[in-house]
Amino acid sequence: MENFRYLPDVTTLQLDIEACVGCGMCESVCPHTVFQLRGKKAEIEDLNGCMECGACALNCPTSAIRVTPGVGCASYIIQTWIKGKRGGSCSEVKCC
Amino acid sequence: MADLIHPKNGCCSGGDCSNSTEEDSRPQPLFVDIPSNEVCCGSAPGPQSSPYEKPGYKLLPFVEGFIDTPVGPVPKVKTHLERTDFLGTIIARLGIGRDQHKIAPGLYGVGNPGHDSPVLVTANYKLSFDALRREMASLDAWILVIDTRGINVWCAAGKALFSTGEVVRCIDHYMLKNVVRHNQLILPQLAANGVSAHQLKKESGFRVLWGPVRAKDIQHFIDRKSNVDKSMRRVTFSLGERIVLIPVELSHLPKPTMWLLPAIFLLSGVGTNFFSLNDAFYRGLMLLTAYAAGILAGAVAAPALLPWIPVRAFALKGMLTGIATGFVVAAIYYSRLIWAEALALLLVTMAISSYLAMNFTGSTPFTSPSGVEKEMRKAIPLQVAVALIALVVWVGAAFK
Repeated sequence: MENFRYLPDVTTLQLDIEACVGCGMCESVCPHTVFQLRGKKAEIEDLNGCMECGACALNCPTSAIRVTPGVGCASYIIQTWIKGKRGGSCSEVKCC
Repeated sequence: MADLIHPKNGCCSGGDCSNSTEEDSRPQPLFVDIPSNEVCCGSAPGPQSSPYEKPGYKLLPFVEGFIDTPVGPVPKVKTHLERTDFLGTIIARLGIGRDQHKIAPGLYGVGNPGHDSPVLVTANYKLSFDALRREMASLDAWILVIDTRGINVWCAAGKALFSTGEVVRCIDHYMLKNVVRHNQLILPQLAANGVSAHQLKKESGFRVLWGPVRAKDIQHFIDRKSNVDKSMRRVTFSLGERIVLIPVELSHLPKPTMWLLPAIFLLSGVGTNFFSLNDAFYRGLMLLTAYAAGILAGAVAAPALLPWIPVRAFALKGMLTGIATGFVVAAIYYSRLIWAEALALLLVTMAISSYLAMNFTGSTPFTSPSGVEKEMRKAIPLQVAVALIALVVWVGAAFK
């Protein structure tokens, strides 16, 4: 995916190194290999590769990762603008 | 079918054609053939009804038999796709009845699975299920299909349908613990944004092994005892993967187009004579061409050329393909246009293309919501402004 880069410096991804126990789960679940395990700690290797899918945060056993997950889909976001966060429905707009 | 059992006696009238009662863990046949050498009239009759047929139910073509288990017969599915599967895939890819292209949730099997065989979990979107089973030709395994409402793995996980709770519910509901005696589940990696492995362990006792992103690597994953290469953990977005998405992008357009068509012809007819049918038709066709060109540039060219368009924001990618296509439209009608009209057509193509390309963000595997929202806040006002300017110029040019 190196030739598929999206807008840089926008991701909400944060890693709390103190809380990391080095289980490597984030490295396993990330579809863009954003994380890399070095020794007993995970490191963010490619921050701008993050698409905020939320897999890492959901699977971190110590909640060391924070990200605002969501669907990077314009039609969905337009819906949330019109109807508010709860009104947005991916199934209505068939974004994916 | 290779594993059919032929009845001992010839005819089905009177002969005991019911299923063998012996306890047999081998897959049971779906149909029982009768010999065709005693035909009195017409063509030979088909096989007798399968013992697995039930009133009100239909045996699906991808089921090749049933596996007896402590929780009852489990359908054994084919590991190759047939014409009906490919046909269904094409129809779904065209966006026709896509949300109904699903299979019943539950437990399925491939090969001759037993209580030590691996369990793979997948979505009940038929394309997801097909992609998985076709890669399992040399495996003996169970497939636990959960109810994602007919949505693929990744999108269902994003919508919290392929969720920890749903997997736990299916483990209980389909009594997985009575079928296997291990506690491991292989989940597709792309379900990880919906399923929390540690939470699942806590709630069900089953340990999650994150399988590869793509079903085609599943054999390798199982052979290597869950070790996967880094490449198997990364999503891709090749030209082929992008092209198959284009028909669905286009399938969203008929409805808005129905609203736009009258507007296109009405606006094109307005002029010094208040309204001219002749202008409505001929100028309308030109404007329609610009609209169609915008669709081509934004929903076909931009997705296909995605990595080669040297800007990152999708609205800009669509703008560039739109300008290129708009010039072609203006060139086609050049002899019949004044420069302002040519400019209006170019701007229409550009605005439509930019908007549609921006909407393709939802179909890609790499755009972040923060990024999409950022570009939309800038792009949408511009797209609307350009479209309005184009229409004002187009109508104004008729008053020359």
